[in-house]
Parts: sequence; C-alpha cells; structure tokens
Amino acid sequence: MTRSGAWKSVMNVLMFSLTGLCTLFTIGTLLFILGYLVSHGASALNWAFFTKLPVPVGEIGGGMANAIVGSAKVLLLATLIGVPIGFLGGVYLNEYAGAAAAFVIRYATDLLNGVPSIVIGIVVYTLVVHPMGHFSTVSGGVALGIMMIPIAVRSTEEFLHAVPNSLREAATALGASKWKTIVTVVVPAAITGIITGTMLDLARVAGETAPLLFTALNNQFWSAGWSHPTATLPVMIFAYAIAPYDDWHRQAWAAGFVLLMFVLAINITARFILSRASYAPRGMV
Amino acid sequence: MDPSSGDLAKAVDARTPLPGNHSPADTPGGIGSDQMKVQTMKLKASNVNFFYGGFHALHEINLQFSANKITALIGPSGCGKSTFLRSLNRLHETIRGARLEGTIVLDNENILAMNASALRRRVGMVFQRPNPFPKSIFDNIAYGPEINGMGNHQHVAELVEQSLIRAALWEEVKDKLHQSAYGLSGGQQQRLCIARALAVNPEVLLLDEPCSALDPIGTAKIEELLFTLKDQCTIVIVTHNMQQAARVADYTGFFLMGKLIEFDDTKKIYTTPGKKETEDYITGRFG
Amino acid sequence: MRHFDELLEELRAKLLEMSGLVQSAIHKSALSLRERDLSLAESVLKGECRINQLELDIDALATSLLALEQPVAADLRFITAAAKINNNLERIGDLAQNIAERAQALLNEPRFDVRVDISQLADLVESMVQMALDSFVKKDPQQARRVLFSDDGVDALRDSVFAQLIDYMKKNSQAVEYCVDLMFAARSLERIADHATNIAESVLFMTEGVDVRHHAHAH
Repeated sequence: MTRSGAWKSVMNVLMFSLTGLCTLFTIGTLLFILGYLVSHGASALNWAFFTKLPVPVGEIGGGMANAIVGSAKVLLLATLIGVPIGFLGGVYLNEYAGAAAAFVIRYATDLLNGVPSIVIGIVVYTLVVHPMGHFSTVSGGVALGIMMIPIAVRSTEEFLHAVPNSLREAATALGASKWKTIVTVVVPAAITGIITGTMLDLARVAGETAPLLFTALNNQFWSAGWSHPTATLPVMIFAYAIAPYDDWHRQAWAAGFVLLMFVLAINITARFILSRASYAPRGMV
Repeated sequence: MDPSSGDLAKAVDARTPLPGNHSPADTPGGIGSDQMKVQTMKLKASNVNFFYGGFHALHEINLQFSANKITALIGPSGCGKSTFLRSLNRLHETIRGARLEGTIVLDNENILAMNASALRRRVGMVFQRPNPFPKSIFDNIAYGPEINGMGNHQHVAELVEQSLIRAALWEEVKDKLHQSAYGLSGGQQQRLCIARALAVNPEVLLLDEPCSALDPIGTAKIEELLFTLKDQCTIVIVTHNMQQAARVADYTGFFLMGKLIEFDDTKKIYTTPGKKETEDYITGRFG
Repeated sequence: MRHFDELLEELRAKLLEMSGLVQSAIHKSALSLRERDLSLAESVLKGECRINQLELDIDALATSLLALEQPVAADLRFITAAAKINNNLERIGDLAQNIAERAQALLNEPRFDVRVDISQLADLVESMVQMALDSFVKKDPQQARRVLFSDDGVDALRDSVFAQLIDYMKKNSQAVEYCVDLMFAARSLERIADHATNIAESVLFMTEGVDVRHHAHAH
C-alpha cells in the first residue's frame, strides 16, 4: 500500500515534469523564433524596404516594394479562387451530403490538404504555366488558391456544423425551403466564424514558397497586370537568403519579419472576431 | 372571390362528433337535448404509421384535433408523441430515412399532397428549447413574413408588433426591437419564438415541450398565453409535464411505445381514464 | 412501496378505524334503545370524541395529499371519496349519539307497550352501513349498488314506524312523549341509511368513476 502509494507519487511528479518540460520547449521555440526574427529583422527594417525596388547586385539599399505588392496580388487571387470553392464545398458537405458522401469528401479534402505544396506547384506549372508559355501572377494565385480550398472547406463545415440544428428547424417550420434556410439563417449565423477561418487560411498560405517557385517565379521589377512573373515575399526571402551578400541577408530577415507580423496580425484579428461570433465549435475561440 | 367562404364550406364539411364519451353534466337535463355536440375538426390523422429506416416508430395512429381547442399529447420518452407532432407539419422530412404512411388531413386537404412550405406556413411550430435566430428581435419576427413574401416593409412592421402583442411580449421588448434576441431571458425567448411562429398567421400551432427549459414563472406565462391563443388557432402541445397537460388542454392523447393508447377529454383522462396503461402512467405507477 | 402509496394506505387505515368506531356506535345505540341499557348509551356518548378527532385527522391527511401529491385518476377518486366518506361517517356518529340520547331519555319515562318495527329498522340500517363500508374495503361496486337499492326499504319501514307511533299516540295521549322520542330515534336511523347511501355513491365514483348522485337509480 505505502510502496504503491510512493510509486504513484513518483510517477506523478515524473509525468508532470516531463509534460511540463515539453510544453516549455514548444513555447520556447516560438519565443526563440520570434526573438531571433525581431532582433535580426526589425533592425534591418527601414522605410525604403516598403517603398523601393530591389537594387542590382553590389549596390547597398533598396527595398522589396514589388514583392509586397506581388504577394498581395497573388494572395488576393488565391482568396478569390480558393474561398468561394472551399466555402460552397463546405456548405455542400455540411448541409447536403449524406453520411457516406461526407466521409468521402472529408477524406479527399484532408488528402488534398496533405499534398506537399511543391507537388501543387508542379501541377499548376503543367496546367497553367506551360500552356501560357511563361510564369505569371495568375498561376501563383491558382496554386495558392488550390492550397486554400481544403482548409476553407473544413472550416466552413465546422462553423456550419456549430450552428444548432434547432435554427434550421425553426426556419423550415416557418416555411423556408432548404436553400433559403441556408442562405438566410445558417450561413449568417456562421459567417463570423467562416470569415475568421478564411483569414487563418490566408495567413497559412501567405508564407508558402515552393509552389510560387514554379508559378509566379520572381521579378526584380514591378510586375504589370496579372500575366507576368512577379516577386513575392517568401520567394524573395529564399532568393536573398541564399545569396552571398550581407545586405541581402539583412533584407531577407526584414522580409521574414514583415511576413511574420502579417501572419501574426491576421491571427490575432481573426481570434478577436471569433470571440464575438454567435456560434463557434468548441476550442476554436 | 372571398377565400373565407371556401374555408367555411370546408369547415362545415369537417364537422364530426367529438371523440370520446361526454359526461352527462355537459347536457343539462339530458332528456330533450338531442342535438349532438359537434366540433369542427381542424386536423385529422388516419392510419398513420411512421418509420425511421427499419424502425416502426408509430403504429396506426388515428387522431383528430378540434379547431380552437388545445390538445395535449403525453407519454414517456420515446413513445412517439414528438415524432407524431413533427409529422403534422412534415418536419420529419428533414430527417433522412424517415417515412410516413397514412393520411393527415388539414381542412379536408391531404397535407402529404401539399407544398411543404405552404403547409408549414399554415401549421407553425415552437420547439423544446427557445431557438431564436442570431438576429434582432424585430428580424426574428419579421423572418417568416419576409421569406413568405407577406407584403411590404410597412406591413411586416405591423405584423411584428401584432405578433409580439399576441405573444404577450410587446410591453417587454418594444423599446429594444433592434437589439439581439439573445439578450432576452429564456422565457422571453420562448415567447419570442411563439411570436415568430404567429407572425405568419398559422391556423395550427404545434408546441414540442415548449416549457421544458423554462422556470415556473416562464412556464406559467406560456400556459396563460396558450389560453388566449386558442381563439385564433388550433393548438397541439407535446409535454412531459402531466400537470401541464391537465392545466391547459381540452383533450389529451396518451402515447405508449408508438401507439395511441387513449384519447379523450382531459377531464376524463385525469379522473377516470379508460385504459390501465393510461392510469398507470398518469398516477406514476408506470412500469 | 412508494411514499405516496404509504400515505394512501395511512388514509385508508384511518378511515377503517373510523368505520369500525361508527359501526359499533350504531350497534350500541340501537341496542341501548331496544334493551333499555343505560351503560351502552353512555359508552356511545363517550366514543363520540374519538370519532370527531379521526374526522379532523382524515380531512387534514386528504387535504395534504391533494395539495402535495397532485393525485390523478384512481388516486384522485380514492382521496375525494375518502374525504366524503369521512364526512358521512362523522354525521352517522352524530346520529348514533342522538339515538343514544333518546335511549337515555326513554329510560326516565314510563314504559308503554308500543308494537313498532323499530328493531327491524335498526337491523336494516345497520346492515346497510355494514354493506356500504364493506363495498369500500373491497372496492366492490356491485355491493355499493345493493346499498342504493336498500334505501327504499328503509324509507318504507320508517313510514310504517311513524304510522304505528301516530296511531298509538292517537289512542294513548300519555304516551306522546315516549312515542316522540321513538320517532326521533327512527328518524335518526333513517338518516343514517341516507349517509350509508352517500357512502355507497362515493364508492361507485371511486371504483367506476361514475357519478350516480341525485339520479333515480344506479346505472
């Protein structure tokens, strides 16, 4: 009795310490990355970074204005492609699909989510870049848009699922047809959550680099319109970081810092919005 | 053409004697009162069988609901009373694998042949837990009239006010119509849901354990409300609370294991039930 | 046994105790009348207070059952019937007391040799009360109906007793006081039969849910 009691308390202390240490390590890693980026990136940041084009090799200074705009264009396009498809797919999944169909759709969506981003890059390269004959903003948008679909589907599904069935019944009992119930009651009840999910989805693909290497490629200058190669922040980080110039390394850190702040800002905003949503799945807020 | 004249003709056709036997006290003197007590039947269910996939949930239900009366359906959990209630406005159709056999007639019209939306506009429903939409109080009530295209904004606003008055909620919410319905208490939310159902002027109001989530004061207000609504529509209420059925209902039906065991005057059910199962259930000697 | 059933059983037991006391009061008062026995009459008068106490107890128990348990159906009918039977029993107790008082009065008067059927009346009334209470104990509607049918016989017997006494008084004016006392006793007996009828009606309501009061005959 006493022995087993002692053993129990030893195991308790041991497990408590082990799990606690791993948690500390997780938080520590995040803090380390943040700290490292802030110390290297923030110091490298200046006004020129946001306003100037990159300068030729050998010159000091310049900025990544074209990459910032390029990223914005690619992400806008990705959102316009990925979000409607993902949203409507999510609506179908939660509101119309039977149990078997829902299982298949969910499974397929998760598989798509698991496809390595570089593979998506190759596919888009084959289907869009190759027929067009050159790299372009559009192809970058398509690649990231495809990457946004699975999360858009699943987050839409989850937020729709959190809308109590009694609301659907109430609308149905008032004479609303199924689609009218969805449009006028279910989606409005879930819209805050769906918007948040979209924002988090956007934040996730904002840092994708691999698919852009095959699609948007890069550009040292402004990219006019949508059908030309364009610079984007992640690809610029990649290109500048592997180059043998200290000033480029400095700028890569700055770009990394900006990207991180963008993602962080979206995350915080999203969670703030979500905390005011009518219905949200447990654990999301 | 005046639509009400058509309704009247149907209503006259639907006149049939009341179910059950009536106490002689209702007909003073007894001798000479040869006029049979007649009652307009609003809803008639005949030989209703209900299946959830392979599960036979309701067996040969025959039940009639008198116009402008309150009928309570009682019985233990899983006896089929809610299933039956939901088949009265075909809400069961939203459930996969649910199947209804038999006929249900609303004013001589088979509801199974009607457009579902049109039927549900005529047969409204209030649910177990208050389920207001995450919208303003005004928008909650206006929802039904708006999706059913019932007139312009001015008319809808009038309907909202009328419905809230009918649901005895107007005085409490008239100054905060554009605030969220979620700011109301549970009892107020349930009355809001009743007002929402009333806004499309239903002829029949189905209530599925409407007070189960409310405190005694909220419950008393809803019950009082039912008495005032009786003049305007036919009410069917499913309840677990037998005293509630005794208090509010004119007629009571007792369901057990998917069968309608007994249906009669509430007074008769609670003083001299005809079936032993009913007696055992209402006196708490069940099972 | 559920708490509620225990309380119902308590109500039943109290009612049975009261029935026993009331029946014995009728029996003793009738006997004291017949046998001119003072001690029997006195014991009836003494027993009255226990009956009154039981009436109060039963009323309180029935009221609290109605208030706290909200009985329905057979339970409700049993409790309302019990409350009514309780009132009738108490009235029967009072009437038995009246008879005992008359018996006492008769002992202080000169005796006359009146030929009246009052013993027969007393026997019939006693058996009616017995039958009514039996029907309650056994929940037997048939027996309750027999009580209702017996009431006419009691009325007829009372009429004949009255006629006999009036006849006698017309012939013997000294016997008026004596005969009036007997008349009052006969009237009390007949009233007891009415209460037995009421009890039987309550039993019918309790067992079958039918209300047969104020009707010419039972169903």
